[in-house]
Amino acid sequence: MQYDDDVASIRLVGVSKHFGDVKAVDNVSLDIADRDFMILLGPSGCGKSTLLRTIAGLEDPTAGEVWIGDSMVNDVEPKDRDVSMVFQSYALYPHKSVQANIEFPLKVRGVDKAERAEAAKQAAEVLGLTPYLERRPGALSGGQRQRVALARAIVRQPAVFCMDEPLSNLDAKLRAETRAELVALHDRLNATFVYVTHDQVEAMTMGNRIAVMRDGIIEQVGSPKEVYDKPASVFVAQFIGTPPMNIFPAGSVEAADHVVGARPEHTHITSSGVAATVALVEHLGHEIQVVCTIDTEHRAIVRLPAGTEVPSNGSSVFLTADENHRHRFNVETGLRIS
Amino acid sequence: MAVKTRRLRDIPLAFAMLGPSLLVLLTFVLYPLGKAVWLGQQTCDVQGKNCKSVGWGQYTTVIKSDQFQHALWVTVKFALITVPIGLALGVGLAVLADKQLRGMRFFRTIFSSTIATSVAVASLMWLFLLQPSVGVLANLGWLRDIFPVIKEPGLLKDPGTALWSVGISSIWANLGFTFILVTAGLQSVPKEMHESAYVDGAGGWMRFTNITLPLISPTLLFTTVVLTSRAFQAYGEMDLLTNGGPIPQDSTTTVTYLIYGSSSIIKNNDGLQAAVAVLLFVILLALSALQFRGFGKRVHYGS
Repeated sequence: MQYDDDVASIRLVGVSKHFGDVKAVDNVSLDIADRDFMILLGPSGCGKSTLLRTIAGLEDPTAGEVWIGDSMVNDVEPKDRDVSMVFQSYALYPHKSVQANIEFPLKVRGVDKAERAEAAKQAAEVLGLTPYLERRPGALSGGQRQRVALARAIVRQPAVFCMDEPLSNLDAKLRAETRAELVALHDRLNATFVYVTHDQVEAMTMGNRIAVMRDGIIEQVGSPKEVYDKPASVFVAQFIGTPPMNIFPAGSVEAADHVVGARPEHTHITSSGVAATVALVEHLGHEIQVVCTIDTEHRAIVRLPAGTEVPSNGSSVFLTADENHRHRFNVETGLRIS
Repeated sequence: MAVKTRRLRDIPLAFAMLGPSLLVLLTFVLYPLGKAVWLGQQTCDVQGKNCKSVGWGQYTTVIKSDQFQHALWVTVKFALITVPIGLALGVGLAVLADKQLRGMRFFRTIFSSTIATSVAVASLMWLFLLQPSVGVLANLGWLRDIFPVIKEPGLLKDPGTALWSVGISSIWANLGFTFILVTAGLQSVPKEMHESAYVDGAGGWMRFTNITLPLISPTLLFTTVVLTSRAFQAYGEMDLLTNGGPIPQDSTTTVTYLIYGSSSIIKNNDGLQAAVAVLLFVILLALSALQFRGFGKRVHYGS
């Protein structure tokens, strides 16, 4: 199952989707290259799912253009866009067997029975579902159901895969395993993936590009490394990375015209610097995280190696940020300066 | 052993707790049922007094009688008219109203409104609509051209159309009930299933047959059983619209009308009435069991 010619790029030009007064997606432009694994990342309600549904054709944009390959698809039915969609709930048909579920997209297209069965067999093979073809979805585990949904998506070999939080219903261990499998599937299929998630770990580990969204707009697009190393705004800086980046109030570390950010690994407890109070000490086994309060609006987390002597709760400490790893943001707009 | 003694000790308490509902069940369900079965083998005078046993053979006599067989056949025809059409219309309206469109609440209210209409009101309304000289329907030119009987002798007076006309009234009256049940069923179908099928290229009809129908099949089965049972027990429509007539053929004399109707041939015979009622009960019981068994296998009750 390889696509050589059928792959497609996606181009969004000034796309908006309004529901009444709510601007779910607001004038978004985004280029997704052929065979990209593009992640739409953001907190719930940021418009990422709406944007994905606009690409799939489940929502008509209020304004703007959606291009897939060389054609503007605003007025093209989903079925003619060469996209398939995987939902968080999997949306499997409970009354159909796994095989019938996988075959359904082909049945709809009038593919004859033998060909359908063959394609379903292949898709099931790819996802390790061969032993379960006769079962109903109800008799499968969450992870297996998720694979059936994937098999149903790949069976008709679309150029674009739209995935709406497909791992969110899985438990943590299975989610980690499936992440790697999805990446492998992407490599194998050579298709364009557009993947919506609110989980920055998924975004960092799976995508080759990430679009971070907030309140209907895209705050930053870049590779996981770019987004992590050079966040375009305070929002992105704090959304990506666990624990999130520490933001020091303007004037505390450097001049008063900008705020300074530093990742927890680049923040240190020293004898002089920004005054803070230890609020919580978390022993995670491999490391210790010290949560400090700078003022009512600013918190900073310091990571210490396991076994280090740590200040007790409530004690006063001083924090510094590594000179070489400081991120500077405009006080007003929150946008990156350097 | 210990368990057994404890169980024995629990018996009085169990009966004490079951007592109230047992009493209600005995008084209002089991006793009348038993009494009806007993009455079915008796014959009484016109006042319903001085009953005496004439033997269980009375049930056989009733079953073999032309009147009972005719009434049963009319009842079956009535069910065959009202249940499929009522169900199809209810599903159709519910599917139409299941769209996220402006003003849909208004239509939902309209479509479900007949549930708040009693059989008597519905029947009277249809009686007026179908009334040959002043009725609205009877005076629609095009309708009169298609059905000349609507004027003479009137749909309710013509033996060929009377049952259908009563059926239409009954379908209309039950439509709100069907609509509400099916709407509830439709709302339990996840939206994403439709969306997934839509992206995969399934059109409206394909989604209806492949997703909607199978997923609301439990609702459809339940509605079918209830509508069938209602059709077999329908009485008010016949009483108000046709009085079991038109007379020579007794075109709308259903089993319930035979039991209770004011122009029924057995209206003064309590024993025969009871016998027919008991037989109707047995028939309905068997029918419901058959429906659950027959369709049950094909019904999908979720995952």
